[in-house]
Amino acid sequence: MPIISIRDLVVEYDGRRILDGLNLDIEHGETMVLMGGSGSGKSTLLRQILALEQPKAGSVSVNGIDITRCSKSELNRVRRSMGVAFQSAALFNSLSVEDNVALTLREQTKLAPSIIELVVWMKLAVVGLADFGKLQPQELSGGMKKRAAVARALALEPEILVLDEPSAGLDPIVAAELDELILLLKEAYQMTVIVVTHELPSAFRIADRIAMLYKGRFSSVGTKDEIRASQNPRVRQFLDRIPGDMAKAPAVAAYFENYLKTQEAHG
Amino acid sequence: MATVLENVGTKTIDHLDYVGSLNIQLWATLRAMGSTLPFVGNRYRWQAAVRQMLQIGVDALPMVSLMAICTGFILAMQGASELKRFGALHYVIDLVAVGFTRELGPLLTAIAVSGRSGSAFAAEIGTMKVTEELDSLRVMAFEPVEFVLAPKFLAALVSVPCLSIASNVFGILAGGLFMFFSTRLAPLVYFRYALESIQLRDVITGLIKSVAFATIIAHVGCLEGFRVRGGPDSVGRSTTSAVVKSTFLVIVADAVFTAIFYFTVKS
Repeated sequence: MPIISIRDLVVEYDGRRILDGLNLDIEHGETMVLMGGSGSGKSTLLRQILALEQPKAGSVSVNGIDITRCSKSELNRVRRSMGVAFQSAALFNSLSVEDNVALTLREQTKLAPSIIELVVWMKLAVVGLADFGKLQPQELSGGMKKRAAVARALALEPEILVLDEPSAGLDPIVAAELDELILLLKEAYQMTVIVVTHELPSAFRIADRIAMLYKGRFSSVGTKDEIRASQNPRVRQFLDRIPGDMAKAPAVAAYFENYLKTQEAHG
Repeated sequence: MATVLENVGTKTIDHLDYVGSLNIQLWATLRAMGSTLPFVGNRYRWQAAVRQMLQIGVDALPMVSLMAICTGFILAMQGASELKRFGALHYVIDLVAVGFTRELGPLLTAIAVSGRSGSAFAAEIGTMKVTEELDSLRVMAFEPVEFVLAPKFLAALVSVPCLSIASNVFGILAGGLFMFFSTRLAPLVYFRYALESIQLRDVITGLIKSVAFATIIAHVGCLEGFRVRGGPDSVGRSTTSAVVKSTFLVIVADAVFTAIFYFTVKS
């Protein structure tokens, strides 16, 4: 049985269809990368997997529990099996880095304070922030914040690790370090990893399988090699960085034509 | 004509939606309040509530006191300028004491707290929304209403009545100072008259109002924060909106309570 199963998922905002009947299975222990351009529906799909929004139709099941229809207590049980690092890191600015990591351990386990301290140190050490626990989130760099968010996501040793745009806004070296960290974590914890990204090098480095989204539908789902070899025009456009037809749209063309004429008229 | 009716209809639905949201939020908070209580609740929520009490109550005390002293002087001077024409200067004592206990103490406090803390609630929660901290709480199986709102609500319920009492004391004190400097009325005589003019029901109605004002300020501030959509600019708008709406609702609630007490309580 897949650990996550998405069936006929439809999401609409104000009558606008964002996800249009998606079907996807994510297996235990695999790294699934959700890829696609801006506005393709990646983040919306992620919010559905995290049960942050209700779909218009369809279902999302985690370990066989339909999280679109389950009770609050069941949903919270499912959520405790997931660790999430958001794009903005979403660390609590009122807490130190180590308190951010310790939050779920203090409130959702009965561990002794000394054990919690040790676990927090271990999680921070895994992401290379063992010496930075006492700092406030605003004192960290962008890359360090993302690593701290990963440490917090790992606090309860989740079955599923979800990373939203982990390398967005980072320089290539820090982004590569994060990719290495993801690979290391997967090997160490044998967890299922879901990564949302549009960074091609990162996606091909960490993925077992890639699901390409285009206008709310999967244009292609397959292994890295299958995606690389895909002749699907949407996949090729994305991988080969071919510009879209926005510049050829009649309204845009008319605007530029008009602009050039005005420039000529003014000498 | 149709457009006017459409606009009226849309605005009415929006306002009803807002009131409905406030009610839903209030009931959700009341259900979560148990977790913020000392000894029986979650100690982290109780600690958060105590921190909020310091911010809402102790930090606002100088401002509320100064406002009460100024208003006490103004009320005494304005009252005296009219009453001395009828040789009834001693009624200034009743005017200040009863006016503050029933009306001005709770109202001035509510306006000050709305400006200081209502706006702070909206800004804090709005920022948490924009930076995905609220989503982060949800995926960690925490309920934002319990985690963020309940401690603020409890703190407001405790702090606002306490500040109102302080406001009453400082307002009446200012009236005493005016009477001493203008008529050489001995302070002890002033306070004896003031205590005689205040009845227990005045104190109780003032405190009932304070509790209602605290509920309005906490819930409007937090709801404005939770309703933030988009980027940081909307946090600014929600902060302004929180102050405007809570001040307006406090004055409306004051009018309603005063009417109820006027028509139902026999003097």
